[in-house]
Amino acid sequence: MKQGGQLHKAAPEAFPAASRAFPLMAMGDRLFRWLTAVAALLVPAVILAMGVDLFISSYPALAKFGPGFLISQEWNPVTQEFGAASSIFGTLMSTLIAMLIALPLSLAIALFLVELAPPRVSQVVGTMIELLAAIPSIIYGMWGLFVFAPIMATYVQPFLSKYLGFLPLFTGPPLGIGMLTAGIILAIMILPFMSAIARDVFALVPNVVKESAFGLGATTWEVTYKVTIPYGLVGLLGAMFLGLGRALGETMAVTFVIGNARRISLSLFAPGNTIASTLANEFSEAIEPLYVSSLVALGLVLYLITFMVQVISQWLLRRMYRAWSVGL
Amino acid sequence: MKPRPPLGRKIVNWVVSAGAALSAIVGIAFLVWITWEVLYRGITALNLDFFLHLPTPPGVPGGGMANAIVGTLILTAAATALSVPLGLMAGIFLAEFAEDSHLGDLSRFSANVLMGMPSIIVGVFAYTLVVLPMGNFCGYAGVVALAIIMLPVVTRTTEDMLRLVPNTLREAALALGAPRWRVTLAVVFRAAKSGLITGILLAVARVSGETAPLLFTALNSPYWFHSLAEPTPNLTVTIFNYAMSPYPDWQQKAWGGSFLITFGVLWVTIVTRVMLRERKG
Repeated sequence: MKQGGQLHKAAPEAFPAASRAFPLMAMGDRLFRWLTAVAALLVPAVILAMGVDLFISSYPALAKFGPGFLISQEWNPVTQEFGAASSIFGTLMSTLIAMLIALPLSLAIALFLVELAPPRVSQVVGTMIELLAAIPSIIYGMWGLFVFAPIMATYVQPFLSKYLGFLPLFTGPPLGIGMLTAGIILAIMILPFMSAIARDVFALVPNVVKESAFGLGATTWEVTYKVTIPYGLVGLLGAMFLGLGRALGETMAVTFVIGNARRISLSLFAPGNTIASTLANEFSEAIEPLYVSSLVALGLVLYLITFMVQVISQWLLRRMYRAWSVGL
Repeated sequence: MKPRPPLGRKIVNWVVSAGAALSAIVGIAFLVWITWEVLYRGITALNLDFFLHLPTPPGVPGGGMANAIVGTLILTAAATALSVPLGLMAGIFLAEFAEDSHLGDLSRFSANVLMGMPSIIVGVFAYTLVVLPMGNFCGYAGVVALAIIMLPVVTRTTEDMLRLVPNTLREAALALGAPRWRVTLAVVFRAAKSGLITGILLAVARVSGETAPLLFTALNSPYWFHSLAEPTPNLTVTIFNYAMSPYPDWQQKAWGGSFLITFGVLWVTIVTRVMLRERKG
């Protein structure tokens, strides 16, 4: 909506008589504009300050361990040897599981809400899905640890172990907590964000395009698969990156159920840790400067990854919204 | 090109449609399941003691989370006081002065990026900014972390709400000779008031459930709130500590706290959504 901005030309310069007669008024307006501009600049300034500050605070650790920090599996506060490998692996692995589950689910939900459901049902169901995003992360952690993990341990993991146990993915004792449980809970958490954007994408594809496909005799699925999704690919990629960014940085839910073990294991049943869970567990206890610095270095890694993912996501989404605001 | 038989395509379509409906049901099922569990397990933990007393050691009856509730309210109020004026100003700039400017684009883009940054990283930032210079965990660091999380949300909703105000209102005020700042603050704000408050409520609801940024900034405390310059008791970190402990009565209290937070946040979110939908027409 172009409501507010066009009036920026109605600055004091547009009322020269008034400005001459009331120079204080012109100055007041300039001051107002300047103050609000500074406030608006604050947001990018904070992001930049975060990056710089994280870098400075982690410098001792980075200087001592060098690039080997990223691939070292050692994490020993006693000997003061730190390496980020198990945390980075856990972050990527849990996010991967979450994306594999959430991506098809969110597309399916968007399909349901836009193409299949009657409008009232679509509105109610859509709101309920969005409410999933309003539940605080710690609640997901509580539920995950006390409700979901026991079910995983009692039913799901033994089942997987019995039929798919020959795969290295499903070896190990059915603890309930671990990488798989964390990945599933992450998937539920990022689902509302991804399905909200996917729903926008599906709804924004021009009706003319869809109807011409229907007119050729295509089924709903074929229209979605061959017309809607390719048309809205940029937006769907943006949704995917948004979900990715959320999953990478998720802390509390993961901390509760990932088991906090310092190891890299191929099995989905194994406990592990993520960058966020390590920070949550160990930061308040860290005393030695090198320990704190190493933790901040972990934070820097997470900051860089999520920053890049967020920027890509926003760039894709803006391309989509901008291109389609001048659509058919 | 040989046409495929229609029956096969219809079956595929039917299967996919069923799968889509099932996915929606799965999503809703998780929502219902989680809220039900929180309700069921949490409501039994809520009693008068919970709201009035300080925490007691595990096994000792009669403890509560009164200090944590008060602490969370104070931290949230302070973060709101810090971030809302800045967010309002930034939103004013984006809505009134920066339709197509580069600075406006940068600010909007950054607000979206900041909204997606992990809250624990914001906590680390607040730690290095406030805790390290001050030498101890303090409520101020927690307030700073929460304010940084709230800032982009308030900015974005302010901009959206101000844009909804029609230009005719601004032009009428300007035609009467009011300076630009007066038009914005006295006229446009008044027109957008309920929308702005709704947006702020949404940000407050989101931030009151945050745990990670407080874990090593405000930390936690088993005593009554005393000063923001010390570790400040708060509900979310208390829930975390109690839940991770091996004591059943503490875990039960953690559920009670979870109930409070979940239903507070959900209720505010639903109410603001209904109000926002009415605004947008």
